[in-house]
Amino acid sequence: MEAFATALPALGEAWALILQPVVLGYLVLGVVMGLAVGVFPGLGGIAGLSLLLPFMFGMDPILGLALMIGMVAVVPTSDTFASVLMGIPGSSASQATVLDGFPMAKKGEAARALSAAFASSLFGGLVGASFLTMFILVARPIVLAFGLPEMLMITVLGLSMVAVLAGRIALKGLAAAGLGLMIGTIGEADAGGSLRMASYDIPYLTDGLKLVIVGLGVFAIPEIVSLLRQDRSIAKGASLGGGWMDGVRDWFANIWLSVRCSIIGVVVGVIPGLGGSVVDWIAYGHAVQTTKDKSNFGKGEVRGVIGPESSNNAKEGGGLVPTLLFGIPGSGSMAIFIGAVALLGSGDIEVGPSMLKDNLDITYSIVWLLALANVVGTILCIAASGGIAKLTTIRFTYLAPFLFMLISFAAFQSGQNFEDLLALFAIGLIGIFLRRFDWSRPAFLIGFVLSNPVEKFTNQAFQIASFRFRKGFDVGMEYVFSPIVIVLIIITIVSVVLGIRQAKSIMAEGDVKSGSKRAPLVFLLVIGGYFVAALINANAIPDYNMTDKVIPLFIGGFSLLCCVILLVQMMRKPEGDSIFADKEVAGEDADAPYGLWSTLAWFGALIVATWFVGFILALVGFLVSFLRVRAGAGWGKTLLLTTLGIAFMCLMAGALNRDFPPGLLQGAADLPWPLK
Amino acid sequence: MTVSNFTRRATMALIAAAGFAAPAAADVDLAGKTVEWVIPFSETGGSAKWANFFAPLLSEELPGNPTVVVKFMPGAGSTKGANWFQNQTKGDGTLLFGSSGSTQFPYLLGDPRVRYEYNDWNAVMASGTGGVAYLNADDGAKFDGSANGLKDIDFIYGSQGATRLDLVPLLAWQMLGMNVEPVFGIKGRGDGRLMFERGEATIDYQTSSGYLGGSAELVANGDAVAMMSWGALDADGNIVRDPTFPEIPTFKEVCEATDGCETSGEAWDAWKAFFVAGFPVQKLAFLPAGTDQDIVNTYTTAFEAVVARADFPKISSKRVGKYLVFTGASAQTALGTATNVPDEAKAYVTTWLKDAYGVELK
Repeated sequence: MEAFATALPALGEAWALILQPVVLGYLVLGVVMGLAVGVFPGLGGIAGLSLLLPFMFGMDPILGLALMIGMVAVVPTSDTFASVLMGIPGSSASQATVLDGFPMAKKGEAARALSAAFASSLFGGLVGASFLTMFILVARPIVLAFGLPEMLMITVLGLSMVAVLAGRIALKGLAAAGLGLMIGTIGEADAGGSLRMASYDIPYLTDGLKLVIVGLGVFAIPEIVSLLRQDRSIAKGASLGGGWMDGVRDWFANIWLSVRCSIIGVVVGVIPGLGGSVVDWIAYGHAVQTTKDKSNFGKGEVRGVIGPESSNNAKEGGGLVPTLLFGIPGSGSMAIFIGAVALLGSGDIEVGPSMLKDNLDITYSIVWLLALANVVGTILCIAASGGIAKLTTIRFTYLAPFLFMLISFAAFQSGQNFEDLLALFAIGLIGIFLRRFDWSRPAFLIGFVLSNPVEKFTNQAFQIASFRFRKGFDVGMEYVFSPIVIVLIIITIVSVVLGIRQAKSIMAEGDVKSGSKRAPLVFLLVIGGYFVAALINANAIPDYNMTDKVIPLFIGGFSLLCCVILLVQMMRKPEGDSIFADKEVAGEDADAPYGLWSTLAWFGALIVATWFVGFILALVGFLVSFLRVRAGAGWGKTLLLTTLGIAFMCLMAGALNRDFPPGLLQGAADLPWPLK
Repeated sequence: MTVSNFTRRATMALIAAAGFAAPAAADVDLAGKTVEWVIPFSETGGSAKWANFFAPLLSEELPGNPTVVVKFMPGAGSTKGANWFQNQTKGDGTLLFGSSGSTQFPYLLGDPRVRYEYNDWNAVMASGTGGVAYLNADDGAKFDGSANGLKDIDFIYGSQGATRLDLVPLLAWQMLGMNVEPVFGIKGRGDGRLMFERGEATIDYQTSSGYLGGSAELVANGDAVAMMSWGALDADGNIVRDPTFPEIPTFKEVCEATDGCETSGEAWDAWKAFFVAGFPVQKLAFLPAGTDQDIVNTYTTAFEAVVARADFPKISSKRVGKYLVFTGASAQTALGTATNVPDEAKAYVTTWLKDAYGVELK
């Protein structure tokens, strides 16, 4: 209790620091900048913070902190716009939100979904801050209690959410997750540096695929292409039901869900090394498991929005613990944050173990600035949501070219390679077929996100455990089966058992009709073929690099087994069985006036043109021809929209000092920005 | 690309504060230009910190005070950015490149991805760091200035990979006859320290800033025992005690005190060569191949002026430590010592990496 005696005065000092008009002014400025960056999918807090960095040199610490925290705090709030309205996961924090948020937008309930999401975000942020105020004083030993076996079990718990999201045919869900895991292993292995499904001749692949690209490819591209083929507005019938007050009411009706998910968010956020990658999926799984009528999940269930959104802002608060207490950044933006704090003032604030002892007031200021930024950001977002939701009533053909523009730019920012665009296209194709044949896309994404942690923690925990077992059996057992691990195992088992029971009622892709055997069978064979290739490839890694091959062999083998069983089932079952689900047989896609390939060709053309003349010139051509030919717009409208689009792109990229993908032309001639 | 944009307005304030005037421009004037300083790592690493620290100071000292922006081009363990820089011919002083030990090691080890040649480039500035190894409290009690008491203990160490800077500590411990089992695949030395604090790892090393930021407190509290520093180089190229840690013995001293460890011969030469490439000359700033000598001189003068600032020791101690910053000709010399590793040393390390860890670079 002694700790709390020092905490209260520090908390008072922190509030005295925060509640100065100039500090609040900087906070609001940071929030507004953060919102502007956050609506841009794929950029996130790193871009914004880098932009602020030069101004931090010698700045008054509290002002600098207000500016930076205002910016970081609202990114997981404002990226909700893209995930709900367009089905584009702006960052890893908003992936689970897409599952129910976007269907709500399609039902014309965009404003309701947005305001429910924002209310949950706000609440999560506040719960997170309150919890942290107490927790940060005792957090150090608790954080240190999470060793590798514990982190592995949390990752497994995240992976167990596949059970809930596997879809109607559990084996397909498992194989989809396996595919995600295997695609996540592409590139140089962390442990021994062996190459998996990659070659030094294609340097791009040795780094592996980036989450932004996989998230956009799996969720955004299939939805954009599907809507574009149907040539309608996002909200069916272009009508908007459900105002923003409804969303706030929805949140209030589910306040306990919101509380629980917030706490999940803080607790998982606190553990260094996991970051935010699993939080929203665990929260989504929790929301599903605690809902009586599960039939609406995946089709626009508001609880599916409230759960993940409550957790993802709370997670930001939790992520401060490893950052501030250990000086170990929980995310990329936190790493820049640490660097920036050292520039502030006279450089006396050193993020790390001394933070609690020497700068408790600053620590508390950071925690509560974060909460306050959430409040300001949420209010601004809710105020804007009604108007922005109207985007969903626009004919989609007018939106799509700009969405292609945005996601291409976002993908390019992840690695600044032309190959980023190719990877986006390739993953987009996988996403389109996963969707078409009703293989769970969330399961695929969970697999991809957790691929690296699963492999890393398994290898490291195994190595240290065998080290301990050499010392003595009891020493080893104590390490592997700590109380935390046992609790996590129980939670995981319960969640898998419940999940399997419930999975059948959760149809993330809606009720997909079944058709002939041929197309689903071909897709299965292609996936199975990839597993075979990956297994052969992994098996070729020499045995002394066992750490690099064991996970790909195990996961690949298991997934291949799922595929083989599916193949047997497919051969036995009659046509029309749900195993042959195919969106091209009946429903929206089948009835769409435009074909898949002709629609996708537009996007392909943008990429090809970029390869020749660079992004901006390609974009001009793409926008003009798309609007003229596909949308049938007049010259006046076409030119106006094209100009606006290019201007917006240049404005954002210019303000953030970002480059565009160059083409062959740029290699041959020295052109001025933005053409270079 | 992410960019830190140092406006002239911000730097003018710094000039005023420091009481320095821009050096007289010879024929080179960069007024109104933008200098891109490309870092082949992500914006979150140590090299980013390093460049972000120097960029505004450099902008202030270059003739015409150009805007200096730091751009990041991560990928393939920094070889992507270095390969890109190799092909740059923009020798007009608007492009600067920063390399690190992680760029030097693949070059020295013949990594197949390396398509760059250090000797083509013009080094204008180089800075270094040191490193300290430490043990857990129990095993540390058996450390008496030599590793003789540590030879029967199995240690575990969280490592980023045997071909990275971790090569230096791993080889040092092996030369001392210690059994250190690396757990590969951690993402940064901070994660290694956390693993040590959780008791999963029993031995660790940090670069100077990492040691001061977190590990020194563990040592002060008695939770860890400082074992040795890698040392620093004196003007004649001898290893002496690290000025940042004058109370900690160097690896050379510990090796001399330990039975079976030699401070001469093949192993020692190899260790020293890679130590020099990884620590005292860890980070270098380059102008592209074929840059005019005038421009190289301009940058040399500018970096000299940065280092000569009255407040430089104070503001740099947290960012780059108390280590020498080499400029101009001495940077070029430093580059020479860092990259001219004898073939025998390379061969020794390559063989050792293969035998001990099964690592083959091809």
